[in-house]
Amino acid sequence: MSNKINHSMSLATPDAQDISTKQKVALATGLIGLLILVLAFFNVDLPNRALFLALSLGLITIGTVIYSRDAYLTKLEGIKNDGVWFKSISSRGALGWALGIILTAFYVILYFYPQYLGLGKDGAANTGLISLFDPLSNLLSGRNASQWFVYGTLYTVAIIAFGYKFILKYRHNRYQQLRTISVMFFQLGFAYLIPEFMYVMNSDLPYYDLKSVWPLNYYIFDEWSVNGFLSNGNIGLALILFGIISIFVITPILTYKYGKRWYCSWVCGCGGLAETAGDSFRQLSSKKMSAWKLERWLIHTVLVFSVVMTTAMVYTYLGYDSNNFWLTRGVFIALVIGFLTLVFAAVLYFRGKELGKDAKMGAIGYFVVIALLLAMHFTGTTDNVFFVQGSALRSAYGIYIGSIFSGVIGTGFYPILGSRSWCRFGCPMAAILGFQQRLFSKFRITTNGGQCISCGNCSNSCEMGIDVRAYAQKGENIVRSSCVGCGVCSAVCPRGVLKLENDSMKGRINPTEVLLGNDVDLMELVNQK
Amino acid sequence: MEHIVIIGNGISGVTVARHIRKLSDKRITIVSAETEHFFSRTALMYIYMGHMKYEHTKPYEDYFWKKNRIELKKGYVKTVETTSKTLHFEGGDTLQYDKLVIATGSKPNKFGWPGQDLEGVQGLYSKQDLDTLERNAPNNKICNRAVIVGGGLIGIELAEMLNSRNIPVTFLVRENSFWNGVLPEGESAMINRHIKNHHIDLRLGVNLKEIKADENGRAKSIVITETNEEIDCNVVGLTAGVSPNINFIKDSEIETNRGVLVNRHLETNIKDVYAIGDCAEQRDGGIGQRRPIEAVWYTGRMMGETLAQTICGNKLEYKPGHWFNSAKFLDIEYQTYGWVFAKPRENEAHFHWKHEDDTKCITVCYDTTNNKFLGINTFGIRMRHDVFDRWLTEERDVDYVMQHLPEANFDPEFYKHFEKDILSAYNNNLQTA
Repeated sequence: MSNKINHSMSLATPDAQDISTKQKVALATGLIGLLILVLAFFNVDLPNRALFLALSLGLITIGTVIYSRDAYLTKLEGIKNDGVWFKSISSRGALGWALGIILTAFYVILYFYPQYLGLGKDGAANTGLISLFDPLSNLLSGRNASQWFVYGTLYTVAIIAFGYKFILKYRHNRYQQLRTISVMFFQLGFAYLIPEFMYVMNSDLPYYDLKSVWPLNYYIFDEWSVNGFLSNGNIGLALILFGIISIFVITPILTYKYGKRWYCSWVCGCGGLAETAGDSFRQLSSKKMSAWKLERWLIHTVLVFSVVMTTAMVYTYLGYDSNNFWLTRGVFIALVIGFLTLVFAAVLYFRGKELGKDAKMGAIGYFVVIALLLAMHFTGTTDNVFFVQGSALRSAYGIYIGSIFSGVIGTGFYPILGSRSWCRFGCPMAAILGFQQRLFSKFRITTNGGQCISCGNCSNSCEMGIDVRAYAQKGENIVRSSCVGCGVCSAVCPRGVLKLENDSMKGRINPTEVLLGNDVDLMELVNQK
Repeated sequence: MEHIVIIGNGISGVTVARHIRKLSDKRITIVSAETEHFFSRTALMYIYMGHMKYEHTKPYEDYFWKKNRIELKKGYVKTVETTSKTLHFEGGDTLQYDKLVIATGSKPNKFGWPGQDLEGVQGLYSKQDLDTLERNAPNNKICNRAVIVGGGLIGIELAEMLNSRNIPVTFLVRENSFWNGVLPEGESAMINRHIKNHHIDLRLGVNLKEIKADENGRAKSIVITETNEEIDCNVVGLTAGVSPNINFIKDSEIETNRGVLVNRHLETNIKDVYAIGDCAEQRDGGIGQRRPIEAVWYTGRMMGETLAQTICGNKLEYKPGHWFNSAKFLDIEYQTYGWVFAKPRENEAHFHWKHEDDTKCITVCYDTTNNKFLGINTFGIRMRHDVFDRWLTEERDVDYVMQHLPEANFDPEFYKHFEKDILSAYNNNLQTA
């Protein structure tokens, strides 16, 4: 039900009356930049590719910068959400749907039909859009562009240009600014430039974005990847060890101290795009209880899938004979089962009571994984696990999870499902970090006594679909596995009720019946249970 | 099964219903003529500003009520017959109750201004008021200018709302500084400047003389008493406070004054009839330094929490703890803990600190006879409710509070802290005083 009755029916300029002349010019500038990309896509022969590429990316960036400056710097510092639910693009209007369809189509072409982007097959020269990026790719790593280079470049430009916009939008909020600078840095450096330079130094090394941790980086333990690292001496060995340490040591420590936000809102590239280019869509995530239920099933299923898939992958290229290499199939399976059992037992021992009903679901999940692994070990032949080829399992994961879920749905559906639907429903890394955050972390969003007025700004702006208000209005701290710690709920709260912080584990979860400010006797009577 | 009927589905009525359900199996019905489901009244402004849609202001999903066996009846209660325990609705139907809770909230004040009932003249309290505003002032082409009469919390919210749609606003405030009946001078003056920085035409120390109509009976201009200046406008917002919305019980046996008179147990003069929230008036005057009628979100909630205990057999007095409140003036957040009055009362003194950027300040009130900390107003710096609640209970002195102010800070991480500046200003102040 919309409360606004003067909806513009115009497809071309809905709500254009809200846009200043300067913003229109900025919009046009950015669109010309995009037009160059479209022309290249349709194989228009652009004479000087380097010039046109620079022009295109430059215009897009400059357009975004001018637009943002006019939108935010002309006003006083503060929350800038006016009209978010009136604008067609950010309220699932015609523009939103149009953008969603264009983005989705782009992802489908990118993942499944790169030839339409102009990828030269079997050493043939690139054409179309990809060839436009050849000069930049040659500059950075001395090779022609691939569809992934094009994607990476556009992705990085988006995070930087819209990151700038986000920083201006929250120019009164240093938490928002610092974490945005952080994701811009990690995207530009770790995801984009460093892998290119690593290629220049040693072209045999597999692509490795150092900040991308398994299971988000699901291909790091693939045979070609591991062989690629191991055949490159100490540097390769160091890199793969770093990959293992990342997930087993660095991640748990940082998540214990700061919550999963250290990764999801400060480092991660998926999160980086969601927080910058996706910021206009954060309010579109569903806050319904039913969406939460779906989320819990979906994300943990993906996690189970990724654990089993990775184990199966590694398993298939290990041998039986310990004389060749100490890590045989038997030892590996035993290690995996041992580790999972250790985690499961520790959780039950330390947090069993707190988990209550969820402990049963966890137990079921655990036994399913163990059963699958054992079945794999005792039924598997050299090439087959579960009677299907290990590589088939891996490619199924790659297509359905790695491409369709994270890319096509995760990003293509920004204007429909909100900016973090991949992070929320699919990312197995988020599931692991969230599990730690919920059970073993100092992080929480503190609710400020009885000050909540249930207005709903916090829930509305939660990209992860957490009904923040449901906790705040009970005076209860928010301790949820899905919270990525973006801090926007705290920023938009008109009464100063929410604060992200790391504090002791004691009293972290504090359900109350009657809120602070009431009769002391009543509070004690009702809250002691 | 005992039938509890609650008139009004605002925060007070809904809180009492929820807590009765937690404590008992009684049959519960909530009656409202405003909306089908509970929404957060404080969020109405954000709907007009496009931050949220109406459905986002509902704190509970629609299935909640059925799941918790709380019946909802949409209807306007015309009269209450307490002898037969019957409610009569406008449509002619009736409803029997065993216990009745009146939680009908407030309505905007009108002080008999000529033209106050014209088309285009409205208050801002209910969902209907919001819908009216959407019709009256959808954009700055249909509404070239709006005039707001009354400088309180709703007035400044309405100004912010209209501002978000680029509708020019003239803001008439009777006092010579914004909300200075409540805010100390330094704070009030800072808010005056902040309002003007938002290009709102703030007129201090002026009264509304009349609202003039055009040939269609719509408001076309207002006249200021002091200057006789006539200001053309399409919308006039009347935000000169609110009063209890209790006309429908004026003819019943239930005793009323400005509000429904209740004792400390929130009972009216009629057995099994209670009143809570904005519409209730404490019979013996306000509790402590509180006003007899408290039209505040939090007090409505606390009365609901308390009354549920009484209705479910654990008879309790309404004994609110330390006073607290909050608001937001355009971009500046305000919180208050304990008592800080506009002017220090007898044996009270204020310490005031303001940041040079003119968007942050605090005022601390203390007792000059024993240095006891009495309360704090904070603007632009968030502070912790539980810390101040504890300090007030522990009756800390003001020196202790000023020295431990960092403990109470609730600003987001990485924000600049000002406690050192505040403390040194406080120490300097003591030396010169």
